[in-house]
Amino acid sequence: MKLMKRLMAGTVAGVLVATLFASAAHAAEPAAAPAPAAGVNTFNRLMKPKSDRNPAQANDGIHDPTCEGTGLLQLPKEAFKDMPEASSGNYVDWVQALNKQLIKPRYDRKNPNEEPVVLDLDIVREVKGTMPDVVYPHDRHTMWLDCSNCHPDIFIPEKGKNQISMAMILMGQKCGVCHGKVAFPVAECRKCHSKKKDGSGGGKPAAQAEPAKSEPAKKPTK
Amino acid sequence: MKPIGRGFWRLTMALALALCLGMDAALAEYADVVLNSQAEAQGVRPVIYPHWFHRIRFRCKVCHNELGFEMKVGSNQIDMNKILDGKFCGMCHNGDIAWGTEFCDRCHSGLPGLQTGIRGGSKSTGPGEY
Repeated sequence: MKLMKRLMAGTVAGVLVATLFASAAHAAEPAAAPAPAAGVNTFNRLMKPKSDRNPAQANDGIHDPTCEGTGLLQLPKEAFKDMPEASSGNYVDWVQALNKQLIKPRYDRKNPNEEPVVLDLDIVREVKGTMPDVVYPHDRHTMWLDCSNCHPDIFIPEKGKNQISMAMILMGQKCGVCHGKVAFPVAECRKCHSKKKDGSGGGKPAAQAEPAKSEPAKKPTK
Repeated sequence: MKPIGRGFWRLTMALALALCLGMDAALAEYADVVLNSQAEAQGVRPVIYPHWFHRIRFRCKVCHNELGFEMKVGSNQIDMNKILDGKFCGMCHNGDIAWGTEFCDRCHSGLPGLQTGIRGGSKSTGPGEY
């Protein structure tokens, strides 16, 4: 208990000091125009401005800014400059970037011309409750991945054999092996829950509807 | 003397805590991986692997199928010896496909004390989290 109290007191003190440091840093900047009257009641108090996204490695809290190599790394903002925007993750819509050929990631380690084996097969999973049904598009996954990345370890390739829940996904299982870590996180509900109960939706996303690639794969190639 | 020392200790701890909480998960680029099961114990900075940089240049399949990287933090036992033998990172970072292993500080660029794990996203305590 004593330790808890001590820790609490310490934390409060620490935050206070951190705030002081922060305000001192602000004060050191050249005097800007007088602050708007809003004061503490600013607009979007809890929403981070877009300028805070994709910080340079030296300021990201995990790279050592004193390390020489840190300064040589490509800046995320520079790399993402012309990429289609997303609302979470890296704030890049990777599938659209690929479809629009803004990036040309290799499918083979050595051969830059190897084409992916794309499977165009949508799996619809009916969900309980009022959320729209889930449409799982094989095509957007096989553009990046090999069948063996998911089958049979994560998903048994047989209808009705896979129990999936949002709880499991949030715990890092099933879709959560990638979604929430490297692929778009579960906050983007409608990207998966896309087929409304009245039958509307569930088609290709806007990025695929437009003729970006020469011809989106209609059937399994190879 | 004693109370001052204690207060200073408290403050330092609290500051460190505030820094960790404030910066770590919130600012790192989505899917940056920290590898530090051996690095710091061997006297070098932790490794930071940026997924975003690599996925611009390679599809997931190349590393997670051809190169044999398991898709779970902590399940790949990587060390410099294996990399020099052309395994894991060494499949490309060999001076042929990508720059070689002589540029230590391009990968070993993490802050001291980082825990192995995947950064930049939301946190859960499930089996997928290490």
